Amino acid sequence: MSNFETVIGLEVHVELKTNSKIFSPAPNAFGSEPNSNVNPIDLGYPGVLPVLNEEAVNYAMKAAMAINCDIATDTKFDRKNYFYPDNPKAYQISQFDQPIGENGYIDIEVNGETKRIGITRLHLEEDAGKLTHNDDGYSLVDYNRQGTPLVEIVSEPDIRTPEEAYAYLEKLKNIIQYTGVSDCKMEEGSLRCDANISIRPIGQKEFGTKTELKNLNSFSFVQKGLEFEEKRQREVLLNGGEILQETRRYDEKTKETILMRVKEGSDDYRYFPEPDLVPLYIDDAWKERIRKEIPELPDARLARYVKDLDLPAYDAGVLTSTIEMSDFFEAAIAAGADPKQASNWLMGEVSAYMNKQQVEITDLKMTPEGLAKMIKLIEDGTISSKMAKKVFAELVENGGDPEKIVKEKGLVQISDEGQLRDIISGILDANEQSIIDYKNGKDKALGFLVGQTMKATKGQANPPMVNKIILEEIDKR
Amino acid sequence: MADISKEQVKHVANLARLAITDEEVERMTKQLADIINYAELLNELDTDNVKPTTHVLDLKNVMRKDEPREWISKEDALKNAPDQKDGQFRVPSILE
Amino acid sequence: MSLFDYTLKELQEKLHNKEITVSDLVEASYNRINEVDDEIQAFLTLNEEEAKQQAKQLDEQLGSDASILYGVPIGIKDNIVTKGLRTTAASQILENLNDPLYDATVIEKLKDEKTVTIGKLNMDEFAMGSTNENSGFKKVRNPWNTDYVPGGSSGGSAAAVAAGEVFFSLGSDTGGSIRQPASFCGVVGLKPTYGLVSRFGLIAFASSLDQIGPITRTVEDNAHLLQAIVGHDKMDSTSANVEIPQYADAFKQDVKGLRIAVPKEYLAEGVDPEVKEAVLAALKQYEELGATWEEVSLPHSKYAVAAYYLLSSSEASANLARFDGVRYGVRTEKRVDMLDMFKQSRAEGFGDEVKRRIMLGTFALSSGYYDAYYKKAQKVRTLIKNDFEKIFEDYDVVIGPTSPTTAYKIGEKIDDPLTMYVDDILTIPVNLAGVPGISVPCGFSKEGLPIGLQIIGKHFDESTVYRVAYAFEQATDHHKKRPTLGGDK
Repeated sequence: MSNFETVIGLEVHVELKTNSKIFSPAPNAFGSEPNSNVNPIDLGYPGVLPVLNEEAVNYAMKAAMAINCDIATDTKFDRKNYFYPDNPKAYQISQFDQPIGENGYIDIEVNGETKRIGITRLHLEEDAGKLTHNDDGYSLVDYNRQGTPLVEIVSEPDIRTPEEAYAYLEKLKNIIQYTGVSDCKMEEGSLRCDANISIRPIGQKEFGTKTELKNLNSFSFVQKGLEFEEKRQREVLLNGGEILQETRRYDEKTKETILMRVKEGSDDYRYFPEPDLVPLYIDDAWKERIRKEIPELPDARLARYVKDLDLPAYDAGVLTSTIEMSDFFEAAIAAGADPKQASNWLMGEVSAYMNKQQVEITDLKMTPEGLAKMIKLIEDGTISSKMAKKVFAELVENGGDPEKIVKEKGLVQISDEGQLRDIISGILDANEQSIIDYKNGKDKALGFLVGQTMKATKGQANPPMVNKIILEEIDKR
Repeated sequence: MADISKEQVKHVANLARLAITDEEVERMTKQLADIINYAELLNELDTDNVKPTTHVLDLKNVMRKDEPREWISKEDALKNAPDQKDGQFRVPSILE
Repeated sequence: MSLFDYTLKELQEKLHNKEITVSDLVEASYNRINEVDDEIQAFLTLNEEEAKQQAKQLDEQLGSDASILYGVPIGIKDNIVTKGLRTTAASQILENLNDPLYDATVIEKLKDEKTVTIGKLNMDEFAMGSTNENSGFKKVRNPWNTDYVPGGSSGGSAAAVAAGEVFFSLGSDTGGSIRQPASFCGVVGLKPTYGLVSRFGLIAFASSLDQIGPITRTVEDNAHLLQAIVGHDKMDSTSANVEIPQYADAFKQDVKGLRIAVPKEYLAEGVDPEVKEAVLAALKQYEELGATWEEVSLPHSKYAVAAYYLLSSSEASANLARFDGVRYGVRTEKRVDMLDMFKQSRAEGFGDEVKRRIMLGTFALSSGYYDAYYKKAQKVRTLIKNDFEKIFEDYDVVIGPTSPTTAYKIGEKIDDPLTMYVDDILTIPVNLAGVPGISVPCGFSKEGLPIGLQIIGKHFDESTVYRVAYAFEQATDHHKKRPTLGGDK
């Protein structure tokens, strides 16, 4: 059963968040009323012409550079011809033989191993409108999305497991988000993925016949769809069947892939150079200008956290897994938080809270400055770690100034040695038996005495000091 | 001599989304063959080292600033629609 | 004498002297249309109410600083988009496009100059054709003899000017569509350098070849109309950002010492003897004016027609794909699914010639044929462009006939597309090279049909083209002849 190898290649479409569309000055906005962000160019009216949005090129270059692509010096646009109601000119302006980026890669981490996945190309094109199928025999078209700048990122067939596919998508999304050119929100369609999968007997060089999976609405559906497809193909082959070149969709309910259509030969898109747009010449100065605008990317940040901040690689990995988390962490450090403490809080309490409430870090009321301040209060002994949990609960829920919270809740720690010594003397006086037990080697007795002290101080006593003073006072007796 | 078959003509008509009658297939096959044969004239020329011309002027990097501009209303967008519903263009669905 | 027999300069004088009003001009236009357009069939849509109202307004607002085009009646080829005025490109598929939502850049420019749009002019459907027999609505007739075609595709634009229905008009030229009908109708038509006039709002036939240009009765007026519509346009990425000269300055200079190239291919076999004679007479005229001419060769011109039909049809196959019955235009009334809605709407909406070219273009771009046909044609285009560049190293202009023949009889060529294509041999190379070319009247055939002289210049050197055309026009009387139409007798 297991002597097959799986080969997966992914095609990812990412919408760029420019202010206006790629070839028309209509606003590029998600969630508007149908057909309200369109103009004659988007509607493919007779006589209209495209004019390229410079920022779309810059954004595409940024994305391509971030995934280590070579940037083309000479590039151009082509027409890809096909009829569909959401494609108003019946051709999509895309890039055929001179994509803006080629030969890139990203490194992914699976089971503790780093693997490099090649990227064949990244090209720039326009998005189509949106067709909604009704069950009354009609479909409705909204052209708001038509003309949104889009990059298509095609991976090499380097991916070998559905798990790697998932890791690739997470990493790709993370990198693109770091560059700031897209939100990469799958639920809004600003990141979409198609997957090609084939299997072949181990040792065989030629690829098997591949099927293409569409309608994959989340990364985990990509993984599940590929897992199903891997199994399905294996069974077909083991039963002496033949894999057909098919387009299949993943059904979230049945958790199966379902045949959409069998491809006959390759689609004939009749690409040819777009005569309405002139070529692009991207010189070194332009490339350098864009390269300088790219912020530090997740791999570089991770390495820096390990090297300069002395964080464990795993922690650094979690902190850099989204730009929001990483930016929050950086801001907390900038506000004076100890990196290690900030990291612990983010990976512990903060993440737990986010998971429980199903919110993003940007949704939190707590600011990085707030977190930093709270960490400082712990460090200077104003509050104990135990108290800090109460402060955090308030801080994360309602925001505010940790110092104020501490005061309002009467959470200030008793660190006055004289005051503590008086309280402890009283407790020792009342618990002579415990002192004897301790001296006889029963360590539990010490815990009891600490507990009594905390009880007497309503938990506000500074725990290390309590320990120290009890031991000193026992010695004296 | 280039040959073009009726099957090819039907295939091309399908790519171009033109319904085509049998009579038109007959006529088109002959006319396209005539034109294609005439175009074979170009093969007299050795163009191995000739660059293709897509643009007759040598323009490059023509771009606009990323500035949105209001243009037409939503009502105008749908003004000439052959069929519409709920502010959207309506088309018959694909028969599966 | 019609008001349209005056020149622009004369008209403006009369307007400012209050001898005439803009309303008179507009009235004259519609009166003439009522009189002769049943015969000529040049107009598809009239803008009468709007135009008359505009004329009144212009009469009230006339100031001393008015442009030379102020209040002058113009006709617009129906493939140029006009906001609020039906625009069909003479195709049934756009029969109901009563408001295309926006104005072409040239229309905006004309509005700035205060010309008055009289109506939309008939043409070959989507500019595909050279006889106007391919109009989806009705056939334009040649004003010199209504049994003959006016040429195409801007047949309505040329015929309307020749018949005195409008003072001047705009046409478009992809492979000769301004110059050839100008030649057939005895008027002046210029195809500007590719990129000089914005294509924004010109319903695309072949994007890399199309240009809008002026059709007028005289060379000087042609230059004035061109002046109004040229200039860089941010809405057209292929629009050239070049300095625009004052074209009227060209008329201050004569042609002494000017070097004329005459390609031997342009006077070869296939060119009608009468046409050849008229062109040779014109060359003699130039000699008398102090210019010199020599025979040269455009060695690749015989490949131009094949290259042109492959390229233009390929581009057209994509440009015309948007007419799918979804957002505007005519949708089939048959109850069909999506795929057949596309196929039926397009089959019902397009005429035979348009379908033929869409088929040819789709074939030339399709998998397995792209290199052999489309790319090969692009390479041949390079060779033809180089031919012109080489000649222009030594000569100022290229001169030849505009068309190998005078106008055809209606129906004469309609069943033989290939022969008709080959007749465009003298105009097509100009579009492939992107250079400017003008057709000016240079005589008449024995049957009384006009003959056109073609003058071709360097990229963006419309000034020299005009200078050479003007010198000839001023030395001859061909442009002063008028056709006799029903009402004139």
